[in-house]
Amino acid sequence: MHKYRYQISRRITQTAILFLFFAGNAFGWNVLRGNLSSANVLNTIPLTDPFTVLQSYSAGASLATDAIIGAIIIILFYALVGGRIYCGWVCPVNMVTDLANKLRTALKFDEKVTPWKMNRGTRYWVIALSLILSSLLSIAAFEWISPIGAMHRGIIYGFGFGWTFVLAVFLFDLFAVKNGFCGHLCPLGGFYSLISRFGFLRIGYDKDKCTMCMKCIDICPEKQVLHMVGNRSGVVMSGECINCGRCIEVCNDNAVKFSNIYSKNI
Amino acid sequence: MLKNKPDNDEVTMPERREFLLKTFKSLGLAATGGLVWSGVIEEGRSAPLILRPPGAVTEKEFLATCSKCGMCTEACPYNALALAKPGDNKPIGTPYFIPRTNPCYMCKDIPCVPACPTGSLDKDLVSDKDENGNNKLNINLAKMGLAVIDRETCIAYAGIQCDACYRACPLIDKAITVDYTRNIRTGKHAMLAPVVHSNSCTGCGLCEKACITDKAAIFVLPRKIAMGESSERYIRGWDERDEERMKEVTEDITTQTPRSDRSAVDYLNQEEF
Repeated sequence: MHKYRYQISRRITQTAILFLFFAGNAFGWNVLRGNLSSANVLNTIPLTDPFTVLQSYSAGASLATDAIIGAIIIILFYALVGGRIYCGWVCPVNMVTDLANKLRTALKFDEKVTPWKMNRGTRYWVIALSLILSSLLSIAAFEWISPIGAMHRGIIYGFGFGWTFVLAVFLFDLFAVKNGFCGHLCPLGGFYSLISRFGFLRIGYDKDKCTMCMKCIDICPEKQVLHMVGNRSGVVMSGECINCGRCIEVCNDNAVKFSNIYSKNI
Repeated sequence: MLKNKPDNDEVTMPERREFLLKTFKSLGLAATGGLVWSGVIEEGRSAPLILRPPGAVTEKEFLATCSKCGMCTEACPYNALALAKPGDNKPIGTPYFIPRTNPCYMCKDIPCVPACPTGSLDKDLVSDKDENGNNKLNINLAKMGLAVIDRETCIAYAGIQCDACYRACPLIDKAITVDYTRNIRTGKHAMLAPVVHSNSCTGCGLCEKACITDKAAIFVLPRKIAMGESSERYIRGWDERDEERMKEVTEDITTQTPRSDRSAVDYLNQEEF
């Protein structure tokens, strides 16, 4: 249980948020209305996905104040808290890609076959492409094909053929690139990497306690952020860390734990 | 000597060459992805017959602003609105309604419109002023579509008495009126034929829902599809409001054709006749 404390908490927040959205539509609860694109908390606080807003602006649209306030609230929250906690703790696609990754590890794909490699920076190209296409076609381009949208809308309002989007992500992560969607392609993840670069919550690493078992690197979906492991003590400074806490759970030496950006000695 | 030349080249500026090649490759891949991506979007976007909730801005603005949050669909007390799912062949995630199964019941407080956080459903488009000059929601201003009648299948046009659409219309005698005419076929009966008026019809679709034919003979289409556009030079002189448009015409709008340059031949007044 202790070994999965963050994993379990993450699943609880992910499903609870989805359930509250679902209940908003199905039973008329007012806690959370809408979905992950735009929402309303207790009929008072608007929340809006800032990347959707950015795409709408590239598309040449002018938005109502509610949407802009909502986007500012979300940006401030994730920028202050730090890490891609949206990806690790909120986004439903994380559950799908985690499952694919688990299966991939269990089937030992990467040991028996040479794995496909993709550049981690691809997501930033996809962000640029989203904005360019949005302005060329005057629509929010990523929202049109987003498996994230297809999944949360599917759960709240019914899937239609939306399950094919989700299955495609699952198969891509299982057979093509390890952590392919969330760790390489998703522009929303890329966007949160950029804005949460200076946030508070960080993973701290203590070299003195570390026994170099490399379990944290093995489990990490964004391995590049743990480059200090074995080299020096410090906190993870990359915005690409999703703060999932898997590295903390697998560490038997108490060398990795949640820390903050100001912490000098871990 | 010649054999060494390529090697030399690579040694002089390997980083620069690699950088250029990498950039080029990434740009090429991005272009490929972008082409496929925009193809998917263009394919899904062509849903000209989609009907939007009341107060929707123009379709182009709607597609740019709608965040697909579904709060309008949740606000609708009749569950008339749905978000387009992949496979519905409509712009994914945007709200629409199908009048034959679930028309718009034209709620007085229009709950779907204030629910919209992005302004894709614009309150101003469905508001007018009350006696104190304050903005007041008025669903009768909605322009979701326009009801169109297929006279060949409408049984009222065949002389059978039916006023289902007329009775169902929330703007009865404004949006739908009944034309009383003589039934020429029998010579002794009346024909009570429904007629839709575009200046009052909101496109709610209650008529389409009420229509008794197997496939509705009266149905709602987006106004852009259902209506023609008369050229500004045709003015109904007997209609005062239309006559007003004359004042707006500033420039000469005479049609110029290849024959316009030649003078008309006044052959009737020539000697031969």
